[in-house]
Amino acid sequence: MSQSQVTVALAGNPNAGKTSLFNALTGARQHVGNYPGVTVDKKEGEARLDGEPINIVDLPGTYSLTAYSLEEVVARNYVIGQRPDVVVDVVDASNLERNLYLAVQLMELGVPLVIGLNMVDVAEQRGMKIDPDKLSELLGVPVVPTVARTGQGVQELLRAAVDLARQKPDWRPLDISYGADLDQAIAELAGILEGSTPRHGLISARWLALKCLEGDHEVLESMRQDQNLASRLEPVRQRVGEHLKSTLDDDPESVIADYRYGFLSAITRQALVLEREVRMDFSDKVDRVLTNRLIGPLFLLGVLYGVYQFVFWASKAPVAWLETFFGWLGGAVEATLPEGLLRSLIVSGVIDGVGGVLGFVPLIMFMFLAIAVMEDSGYMARMAYLMDRVLRVFGLHGNSVISLIVGGGISGGCAVPAVMATRTLKDPQARLATILVVPFMNCGAKLPVYSLLISAFFAHRQADVMFALTIISWTLALLAARLLRSSLLKGRQSPFVMELPPYRTPTLKGLLIHTWERTWEYVKRAGTILLAVSLVVWALMSFPGLSEQDEARFASLAAQAQGEEDQKEIANQKASAELGGTVAGRLGRALTVLTDPLGFDWRTNVALVGGLAAKEVIVSTMGTAYSLGQGAKKGADAEPLAKRLQDSPGWTPLSAFALLVFVMIYSPCIATLVTIRRETGTWRWPLFSMVHNTLIAYLMALLVYQGGRALGLG
Amino acid sequence: MSVVTLRELKPGQTAVVVKVTTGGELGRRLRDMGLVPGTPLKVIGRAPLKDPVEIKLRGYNLTLRNNEADHIMVEVEQGA
Repeated sequence: MSQSQVTVALAGNPNAGKTSLFNALTGARQHVGNYPGVTVDKKEGEARLDGEPINIVDLPGTYSLTAYSLEEVVARNYVIGQRPDVVVDVVDASNLERNLYLAVQLMELGVPLVIGLNMVDVAEQRGMKIDPDKLSELLGVPVVPTVARTGQGVQELLRAAVDLARQKPDWRPLDISYGADLDQAIAELAGILEGSTPRHGLISARWLALKCLEGDHEVLESMRQDQNLASRLEPVRQRVGEHLKSTLDDDPESVIADYRYGFLSAITRQALVLEREVRMDFSDKVDRVLTNRLIGPLFLLGVLYGVYQFVFWASKAPVAWLETFFGWLGGAVEATLPEGLLRSLIVSGVIDGVGGVLGFVPLIMFMFLAIAVMEDSGYMARMAYLMDRVLRVFGLHGNSVISLIVGGGISGGCAVPAVMATRTLKDPQARLATILVVPFMNCGAKLPVYSLLISAFFAHRQADVMFALTIISWTLALLAARLLRSSLLKGRQSPFVMELPPYRTPTLKGLLIHTWERTWEYVKRAGTILLAVSLVVWALMSFPGLSEQDEARFASLAAQAQGEEDQKEIANQKASAELGGTVAGRLGRALTVLTDPLGFDWRTNVALVGGLAAKEVIVSTMGTAYSLGQGAKKGADAEPLAKRLQDSPGWTPLSAFALLVFVMIYSPCIATLVTIRRETGTWRWPLFSMVHNTLIAYLMALLVYQGGRALGLG
Repeated sequence: MSVVTLRELKPGQTAVVVKVTTGGELGRRLRDMGLVPGTPLKVIGRAPLKDPVEIKLRGYNLTLRNNEADHIMVEVEQGA
């Protein structure tokens, strides 16, 4: 990248078409990263103007430049710290006043600004025509009309931005009047700041003064580093605050906002050359139906069910292909390499591990496609609107519902995309609570365990038991959320206040880009850690091997064996003994101290330990532990195992039910834990999730088993 | 002319914001979304359990919870 390459930062309100513009500018030449220390996506890309590369940075969508939300802090710090050559503010022309509120704040900061007056087509449909030249003249910055979805005006906008950047203009903060009282206070504060050490860099003293009066946490914090400075600023702040309170019964913050909006209304009134009343626009008509008291919830249920069906239907074939492929690969390696540790490492460790990562990919891809459709169409916000009242009781947010369903709320989802889907939640506490309760849902990997145990012990009441499990998982998830929100995740509720964007038809390009970048992120980030952890679990279940004595014993047994059946039986017994001797096996035996009261034997314990890697492993491990060989792998052929469990003396319907409950609740699989780590930015939450869920699982299974026995059921 | 809170408005009613009686994060957020004195708004509807409420202002739709609407004092327009 050459020194002189121009950097253009895109700012704008959510739903103003910023992402469309970014996509139109950069096409496929974009990548997603992270701002240091936070989980806000940083999207960068490259545009071309006359063959020359232009660096484009997509800032998070914000309504303002205060320091309240993470997105706003990130956007502001980028503009101040990195000083892009020019900022393009994407403004929704059909919603001009509110969108320009951000533009005014960028102008107050003084950054070289170009306004992309986007969605002029929508504005015209809604009866508004804006004169871009007039608007430019009034604001004092270039204004270029665009329709980013179709690409109209995008090159002109880029040219205007690059032209401005090439002039290398100084930062010229906009001075608007906030009324006599505040103007005077700002001048006074700015005077003090200007006299102080110039360590606030190139930021204007006036802007800092304004932020002081607005009570901006970040700016105040940095001022307080300097005791001397703070002691001179504070009295002015207090004085003007008290003065406004007594004269206007208001605070500086809201007076400043009022003046900003006043400034803007005057401008928009002049720039609006045509405005006719449109009786009721399309979006409001759709809303009449989709948020109707009766139709709304039914439609929502239909959408959720449809999404769920679509995702699992569409990913079924690709998941099967991947499974077949990895099965074939494992088989091929098995056939080429001699039996031994290396073969086991490659087949059970690496191939199964990578298979475990990639096996999720189609599921995640279609899930993100479905989420992108809901987001881009505007329905996601309606979902939050409809569900908020119900979920709020449990300390969750309207948008939590999507994650709970994807996680297996109807049964058969997956917690990995569910945890990733919580990104649409703006309330950080509610988001964390959602992440932590999603694993209670009945994901697809738990189903083989359910079907094994249900067919063995509840053959006549399959549907009833499945339904009971679904009810239990929802009840527990909601109660756990409530509990978390009133203990660990206490604290203030973030405002719900949310825009309901107009309904739009999503563009194919936008959907594909969204889906691709999120899917790729999963593969890249989860993949490496997941593989490493799979190897650890493999090692736990492989070492140490049988002692020489036992090897010799099985060898002699095999030599004596008559016929194929006996041979197979001995091989299976050997596998069982091998597993029993490993770290995991010993752990399983040691754990019986704890699990006896739940009715689990050591074999079940080993399977549960293996289930940490992936819940699918439970059935196959039980198969090995019960000396059935790998025949029961992946639940493909669980019948002999079900038969064997029925015949085992330790097993009763009650202990089976306790195990069902335990499997439903206990520690999320590694893929989920890694995803939680990724989404929360710390290992604290996945660790918490592991311990917390296992503890609840233990208590619930204990309750079921001991309670059942007390009632004479076992 | 009567001043009430936004919570008390019925769907279809129009009103003008008189005052926002909260500061902090919520106050800031409401202002960022354009709810400042003098802003006309219209109640579009309410979610099935009567909460949150959907309003239209400055040409766009906004939803907020009833306990947030409590902080917005509005003057109901005559005849609406």
